Amino acid sequence: MRRARQIIAVVAATLLTTGAFAAGGKDYPPSNIDRDNIQSLQRGAANFMNYCSGCHSAEYVRYNTIGKHLELSEQQLIDNLMFNADKTFETINVNMPMDDAVTWFGAAPPDLSLTARSKSADYIYNFLKGFYIDEDQTHGVNNRWLAGTSMPHVLGELQGYQRAIYDEKVAEDGSVTRTFVEFEQVIPGQLDAEAYDEFVRDTTNFLAYIAEPVRSERRKLGVWVIMFLTVFGILAYMLKKEIWKDVK
Amino acid sequence: MARAEAEVAKSTGGVVKWIDDRFPLMETLRYHVTEYYASKNFNFWYVFGVLAFVVLIIQLLTGIFLTMNYKPSSAEAFASVEYIMRDVEWGWLIRYMHSTGASFFFVVVYLHMFRAMLYGSYKKPRELIWIIGMLIFFVLMAEAFAGYLLPWGQMSYWGAQVIISLFGAVPVVGDALVEFIKGDYAISDITLNRFFALHVILLPLLLVGLIFVHIVALHEVGSNNPDGIEIKENKDANGVPVDGVAFHPYHTSKDLVAIIIFLIIFSAVVFFAPEAGGYFLEHANFEPANVRVTPEHIAPVWYFTPFYAILRAVPSKAGGAALMAAAVLLPMFLPWLDKARVKSIRYRGWMYKTALTLFVISFVTLGWLGLQPAEGIYVTLTRIFTVVYFAYFILMPYYTSIDKTKPVPNRVVYNA
Repeated sequence: MRRARQIIAVVAATLLTTGAFAAGGKDYPPSNIDRDNIQSLQRGAANFMNYCSGCHSAEYVRYNTIGKHLELSEQQLIDNLMFNADKTFETINVNMPMDDAVTWFGAAPPDLSLTARSKSADYIYNFLKGFYIDEDQTHGVNNRWLAGTSMPHVLGELQGYQRAIYDEKVAEDGSVTRTFVEFEQVIPGQLDAEAYDEFVRDTTNFLAYIAEPVRSERRKLGVWVIMFLTVFGILAYMLKKEIWKDVK
Repeated sequence: MARAEAEVAKSTGGVVKWIDDRFPLMETLRYHVTEYYASKNFNFWYVFGVLAFVVLIIQLLTGIFLTMNYKPSSAEAFASVEYIMRDVEWGWLIRYMHSTGASFFFVVVYLHMFRAMLYGSYKKPRELIWIIGMLIFFVLMAEAFAGYLLPWGQMSYWGAQVIISLFGAVPVVGDALVEFIKGDYAISDITLNRFFALHVILLPLLLVGLIFVHIVALHEVGSNNPDGIEIKENKDANGVPVDGVAFHPYHTSKDLVAIIIFLIIFSAVVFFAPEAGGYFLEHANFEPANVRVTPEHIAPVWYFTPFYAILRAVPSKAGGAALMAAAVLLPMFLPWLDKARVKSIRYRGWMYKTALTLFVISFVTLGWLGLQPAEGIYVTLTRIFTVVYFAYFILMPYYTSIDKTKPVPNRVVYNA
C-alpha cells in the first residue's frame, strides 16, 4: 500500500512538472483543426495546390502518400492536384527558380513540409488571417504575426483586405507602445469572413497533415500496443505473485 | 554449492557438458543469474537499473536500423531523417523510439542515481561501482550530445555551437581544442561526420564496456538494499544470504512487471506524444540547420538543462564552464564526502533528509531554469539554486558526521 502511494506520488509529480513546462511558449488563437476529417483535408489539399504550390514546395511529400491517406484515386490526384508533376510518386516541387524568387520577393518562399511542426498549426492559421494593408511594405501588406513579411497577400482575392487598428500609447519619455486592437475590413473579398475562416482552417489542416503523414496510423497502432502490453503486464504480475508466494 | 553443482551435472546433457568443458557457461549463469542473491525487499527505486538496460537495448537496435537509412552529410542528413519518417517501412516507429529512448535514458539514469543517494549505495564497499556508474553517465552525455547533431536541424546546429564553444574556456589550449573537436573552423560537414562516427561506434562501445564492468563489480560485492544492510553477513548453512533471493526467477519475474509498466509509459509517448510538447523533439529542430539564421532562443534538450543553468549562473564564460564541469564531476566524490555510519535514508537523521530534499528541489528547478531566458528573476533564482546544489556536496562531510542516525536492524525489513 505504501509502495503504491509512493508510485502515485512520483507519477503525479512528473505529470505536474511536465504540465507546467508545456505551458510555456508563444500563444496563438487556436486553429481548431480536425485532423481526422478527410473532407477538410481534401479541401485543404486543393487549396494548397491552387494557391500555395506555385511558390511553396513540400519537398518531402509524395502525391501518392496524399492519395493513400486522403482516399483519392490516382486519377483524382492527376486531375485535381498534380499541376506540377507527371508521376504520382513525385514530391511537391515548384518550377520557380529560387534565385529569381529572392529577386522578386526579397526571400525564397520556404518549403512547407514541416512548417506545422516547426512553427505549429495555430501559427499557420493565424498567419494566413493576419495580413493587413501597410503601404510602407513592398507588396502593400504586412502581417500581424510575422512583421515585415516578404509574402504578398496571395489570398487577398478571397479574403479581401483589412486594416489593423492599433492602440498607441505615448509614454512620458516619448516612446510609443502599440497594442493590436482588431482588424477592420476595407475591401471585401469573394468569401465572407466565415467562409474564409473555413478555407484557412482546411489549408492549415492539410499543412498539419503533411508535416506528419503517419500521425493517424501511429495513434491507431498505439492503442493496440498499449492494450497488448496491459494484458501481458497482468499475466506477468500473476507470474510474479506465484513465484514470490513462498518468500517470507 | 556442491549440491547444486551435482544437480546441474546430472540434469545437463551432451551439448551443455561439451561447452562447459571448454567454456564456463553454467558456472557463469549460476554466478550471475540463478545463484546471484539480492535482497528480497527491493522496492520501486530498484527497477531503474534494469530499465536503463532495456533502454540501452532499444537504443542499440533502433540505432542499427536508423544507420541503415541515415546519411551523415550536411547536404543530406536532414532530408534523410524525413525520408526515414515518411518513406522507410516502419521508419517513423524506429526513429520515434530512438528519439524518445534518448530522453527516457536520462529519466531512468537520473532516477537510478537518485536511488543510490537515497540508500547510500555508493558507500563502502560499492565506491567503484559508483565511479564506473559516473563514467557511464559522462559517456551517455557525450553520446546524447553527439546524436543530437545528427538530424542537422536548427537546434542540432546551434545547440552544438553553444556547447562546443564552452571548450574554448579551457586555459591556453582552448581555441585549439574547439578546432580539434569541430575538425574545421566552423561546425560543418566534417563535424557532422566525426560526430556520427563517435555516436555509432566509439561511444556505444565504451558505454557497453563500462556497463559490463559496472555489473561485474556489482555482482562481486552484491547489491545494496533499502535498509543498507550487507545481506552477505547473514548466511544460512548452504552459504545463501537469508535475506536474499536468487536473481532468477525472483528478481527477473519482478523486473518483468516493471519493464512492461515502463514500456506502457514509453509507448504512450512514442505513439501519442513523440514530441513531448517540444521537450523530447524541439520544434526548432524541424527546420534544417541554417548557418545564417540564429534561433531566437537556444536551449539544450531538457536532460542537460540543470547543468546549462549552472553554466549561465556565472557572468563570465570561463567561470561558468568551470562551475558546470564541477557540478558534473562532484557527485563522483560522494563515497568520500558522505561520513555517515549508516547507508540508508531510513536510518539517517533529519539533516541528511533535509539536505537531500533541498538537493532534489534545486536540481529540478535548475532544469526548469535552464529552459528559461537568462534574464531578470531567472538569473537570481539560478544563482540561489546553484548555491544549494553545491552546498549539498561541499557541506556533506560536516552535516553527515554530526547528523543523529538511528540503529540499523540485523535483518532487512520485509512484509510479504
